[in-house]
Amino acid sequence: MSIINENMTSKEMLDILVDKNMEDARKAKAKGELVCWSSSIAPCEFTETMGICTIYPENYAAVLAAKKLAPEFLEHAERKGYANDICGYARINLGYMDLKKELDEIEFPLPDLVLLCNNICETLLKWYENIAYELNIPLLIVDVPFNHGDEVTEENIKYVEAQLYDLIHQLELICNKPFDMDKFQEVMKIASNNATSWYEATSLCSAVPSPLSGFDMFNYMALIVCMRGKKECGTTFKKLKAELEEKISKGECGLRGAEEKHRIMWDGIACWPYLSHTYKVLKNKGANMTGSTYPSAWALEYTPGNLYEMAKAYTSMGNNLSLKGQTDLRKGIIKEAKCKGVVMHLNRSCKMCDFLQYEIGKELEESMDIPITTFDGDQADPRNYSKAQYETRIEALVEMMEQRAQ
Amino acid sequence: MKDRYYLGVDVGSASSKAVIINQNKEIIKTSVIQMGTGTSGPKSVIDDIFADTGLSFENIKLTVGTGYGRNSLKFADKQISEISCHAKGINYELKKARTVLDIGGQDVKAISINESGMVLNFYMNDKCAAGTGRFLEVMARILGVKIDELEKLDENAKNPVAVSSTCTVFAESEVISLLSQETKIEDITRGIHNSIVTRALALLYKTNMEEDFTLTGGVAQNKGVIRALERALNKKIYVANKPQLIGAIGAAIFAYEAVEERG
Repeated sequence: MSIINENMTSKEMLDILVDKNMEDARKAKAKGELVCWSSSIAPCEFTETMGICTIYPENYAAVLAAKKLAPEFLEHAERKGYANDICGYARINLGYMDLKKELDEIEFPLPDLVLLCNNICETLLKWYENIAYELNIPLLIVDVPFNHGDEVTEENIKYVEAQLYDLIHQLELICNKPFDMDKFQEVMKIASNNATSWYEATSLCSAVPSPLSGFDMFNYMALIVCMRGKKECGTTFKKLKAELEEKISKGECGLRGAEEKHRIMWDGIACWPYLSHTYKVLKNKGANMTGSTYPSAWALEYTPGNLYEMAKAYTSMGNNLSLKGQTDLRKGIIKEAKCKGVVMHLNRSCKMCDFLQYEIGKELEESMDIPITTFDGDQADPRNYSKAQYETRIEALVEMMEQRAQ
Repeated sequence: MKDRYYLGVDVGSASSKAVIINQNKEIIKTSVIQMGTGTSGPKSVIDDIFADTGLSFENIKLTVGTGYGRNSLKFADKQISEISCHAKGINYELKKARTVLDIGGQDVKAISINESGMVLNFYMNDKCAAGTGRFLEVMARILGVKIDELEKLDENAKNPVAVSSTCTVFAESEVISLLSQETKIEDITRGIHNSIVTRALALLYKTNMEEDFTLTGGVAQNKGVIRALERALNKKIYVANKPQLIGAIGAAIFAYEAVEERG
């Protein structure tokens, strides 16, 4: 019997499921079953089919950062020799692993294998390699080449497809049992449907006023990251969609206790250590984050059973696109979500995002005549953010938006 | 008809500034106190701006606060960011200016503006004090001179040395080592000014780089920095009479516009 039901709100479902996912991992570990650590947009369909409990270090690092618990792990990783300009998620996770590896019962159980797909980030390769080395466990890599051109090439898709077949073989060896193709078919269907439900719910941000604040969307993201292969994930997003549609029909806005006066696109990962501050400063100015790259980030569409299409979907992710691809993606979001300004989080953790932002920003300003502001911050390390700098920039951005509207 | 007055107050990290203008957009009085937010500076600047004018808050139709300490100004009717205020203020003082570099106590801003003083785009320093007014204060202390003596020293430089623009702390140790090598203080000072400008150029080059160029903020009072900027850009840099007051002037103009132009 499912632990969620239709009478619950999507927020209640979210809270229950996020807790359950972690609880399941702890139980699995206690029973001696396999636990896998996975990157956030890796093909979870495979570990799910094998019944391997899969949890997500990026998500847990964000949770620790939002709870202001990150410094202990960041500092430990730095003492172990990880430079402070390495990704904050990586440092938190590596610090956590090292501090907890001798302990029996921990909140986020240590892995028996790790799975990564570098379609979102290159740091993952060395980060996960070090985990596998330190814990002496298998490392499963789906290596996705960067798309330098406008189109995902046939060679790249075939290269990734071949790795997906090999992943099945590797998992059979690790689990010492055959891969159940029927179950795989079913899981693929669920994951694909969940991705669609996520997109359908979160893209309702395009309504005016938007029924959902982008910051609330950040919270729902935990589910699409951690439970994409499970049915309950889709149930929650369908409920969220119904709730948002009701809000749209009533003309209700997603900002709590404020009117939506401005619509912005947020570029980059959330600044988790200061999530509340970044939200409130915008809200106080009536600015709602209606656009971001997240609704489409998990829009992995493929025909269940078709590994070629699956390889193509994982290769075509937003972060893995050329500069032109990334710029076009944002132009589409700005238009779709009716954004009149852009906030770019210059996230010290993610060099890939940052280095592209300068050129993307320039192109958006020139071709769309949209005002942009940037601020220094970090997805996980609280030391890289200044409240006053953020406030000034947001105020100036809103003033520019107001002046242009006159 | 009775005179109408508007007050702009700019409380920065290192100083507090205030400007009163009247219904004809004429500046009635200005005041600068070299103490910023979190000190008695904001109160002193208000006492000082009203002193000898016969005016008080009762005569002020609207007050706009700006600068780092803008949100602590409880008496202000409205807060506007220093980016918009600098753009507005420079448009009042130097109509032709299109690219503004503002170097304040802890912020550096490069702003592109249009003919009516509207911000087209802006870029600010990251979480680092290198290249700001605070950097100059630290350097003056190491050199054992007052901050307003720097421009004179710069003028007499013969063999300027390079000083790091990456980090205030590293630059400080560099200057200490230059002093211990008996490098002339004039040559170090020029190096310090060049260093500030190098840092600012990285922001400036992101703007539209349209002429005329202007430097505002407290650091613009130092002609050594202006000369360094002119050398680097090979362009004339226009500086308003009281560059430190530009933000406060902009705030006063915004107050004026809110009442006089919108009723």
